[in-house]
Amino acid sequence: MRHEGDEVLMTAEEFQHFDETPWWRRLARSLLSTKSAMAGAVILFIVLIAALLAPVLAPLDPTAQSLTRVMKPPLWEGEGHIFLLGTDHLGRDLLSRLIYGARVSLIVGLSATLMAGSIGLILGMMAGYFGGRVDYLLMRLVDFVLSFPFILLALATIAILGPSLWLIVALISFRQWTVYARVVRGNVLSIREQEFVIASRAVGGSDLRLIFRHVLPNVLAPVIIIGSLYLGRLIVIEAGLSFLGLGVPPPTPTWGGLLAEGRSYLYVSWWIVTFPGLAITLTVLGANLVGDWLRDVLDPRLRTR
Amino acid sequence: MTGFIVRRMFQAIVLMKFVLIFVFLLLHLSGDPARIMLPDDATEEDIAELRNEMGLDKPLLTQYLIFFRNVLRGNFGESFEHGESALKVVLEHLPATIELASAAFIMSVIIGLPFGCIAALKENTVYDKGLMFGAVLGQAVPDFWLGLMMILLFSVKLGWLPPFGYGEPMHFIMPTIAAGVFHTARLARLMRSEMLEVLRQDYILTAYSKGLAEKVVLFQHALKNSAIPIVTILGLDLALTLGGTVITETVFAWPGVGRLTVAAIHHRDYPIVQAAVFLLALGFVVINLLVDIIYTYLDPRIQYR
Repeated sequence: MRHEGDEVLMTAEEFQHFDETPWWRRLARSLLSTKSAMAGAVILFIVLIAALLAPVLAPLDPTAQSLTRVMKPPLWEGEGHIFLLGTDHLGRDLLSRLIYGARVSLIVGLSATLMAGSIGLILGMMAGYFGGRVDYLLMRLVDFVLSFPFILLALATIAILGPSLWLIVALISFRQWTVYARVVRGNVLSIREQEFVIASRAVGGSDLRLIFRHVLPNVLAPVIIIGSLYLGRLIVIEAGLSFLGLGVPPPTPTWGGLLAEGRSYLYVSWWIVTFPGLAITLTVLGANLVGDWLRDVLDPRLRTR
Repeated sequence: MTGFIVRRMFQAIVLMKFVLIFVFLLLHLSGDPARIMLPDDATEEDIAELRNEMGLDKPLLTQYLIFFRNVLRGNFGESFEHGESALKVVLEHLPATIELASAAFIMSVIIGLPFGCIAALKENTVYDKGLMFGAVLGQAVPDFWLGLMMILLFSVKLGWLPPFGYGEPMHFIMPTIAAGVFHTARLARLMRSEMLEVLRQDYILTAYSKGLAEKVVLFQHALKNSAIPIVTILGLDLALTLGGTVITETVFAWPGVGRLTVAAIHHRDYPIVQAAVFLLALGFVVINLLVDIIYTYLDPRIQYR
């Protein structure tokens, strides 16, 4: 029995049945049958296309200013112009800036996820596998990183070193790897004690062989789940830094930067502040929905239940 | 148990020492603290003078020891902007931040927990789906955009609430919602899945089959058992909200540490930044320590490592 919204998306029998088909087909079938995940995937796909094809899709140059078309309202409120979502205080087309803004959000979100995931995976496996002093030191390092008020520390660092896209990615990764490391460590601790690992060690398997053959494949699922569940949070953090004026520097349009600009004109032009936030919310919503679905499908604990 | 507490306190002290080293090194990130602390148009003489004044010609270790000694005396240096002790300025702004963080935390508990329970008890009904849709949305919306949208609706359009200000209960409404919505939504979802997990257990069935009233089963058996993991998360949330109100404070011009520090970063007032980062980190570590100690009393099964 499957209920929508239930934590268990597939029962053990269903999984066994699916096992005969390749994994990607199983995933695709599950995605197509889960409405919320499908909606999320569609949103993410649209954002991805917008980012990739921005020069083709954007109706106008996102940085082109014009004093004759300053703060035009969206098409359905104003008349006699061609700007679907209106223009900002410098006469730039808001829709074009939104489309280009998707680039920074996705690049930062995806790169930071990749970087933090790799670091957290490696360090978490080391902590869990070797245990003892390595484990103790790495876990204290996690405590250390988590104890800082992240936004303030990131802002101060950016202010001192100068804002750039890769510094933002590095700072977010610096914080985010801890999430992966903790979960991976916990998983490795339990995998290490399983019969198949002990057996492999007993017949003379080296540490490297054990890690790559047995430990790594078993911790990849949680890493993918965390990556997808946190992608949205990272996009919000990037937007937040841009909103506070220390994100990717202008003239590159970012959603957070658009919000910050629009904030000054909140009382006169509601659209400048409304649409970028809507774009962030929808993107994060899409990422979260896909993440929730992936967790339900991939979480190995659910398979045995 | 006393041994465990002593060890945890020792760990916390070592942790704070590393935080202090990091806060000290923050200024040295760019290689020349004097240059980053002065405006861009400062002359070479100005820079040389400040360098001398700050003792930057001394070895780094000596500088750190001086910094460390000063911090122990509560001296983070003078704020350029406010012309008085940086620590004093930060401490003056701390109550506003603690008030906002507490209000947001209380909101997440009194709204998130009951809604999560209701959703679980009414699983797969309209109530459940509506509440969970709201929660998914609440986790996706960025706090700063929600804040701006509330100002747009309740202050600009309807004129019901003041867009900023501090002191009256009325001023708390919008900032609290903005700062608390993410945690509220997350808590509701966690509470729901915990409750569903507990309701599936055999002892709940036993309780029902003994003929106990539904109310007794829910409150005496289900709620109590789902409380343990929730309390763990609450402890972490409490610590996180303290450093998490930075952007909300900026949106609503809330006179807290977050807004103070963001302004200080823009004005290169680094004594304030250092004092604020250190104090917020200290708050985080102390809350975590207290939560750990409280656990060992609440749940004797926790291992004293």
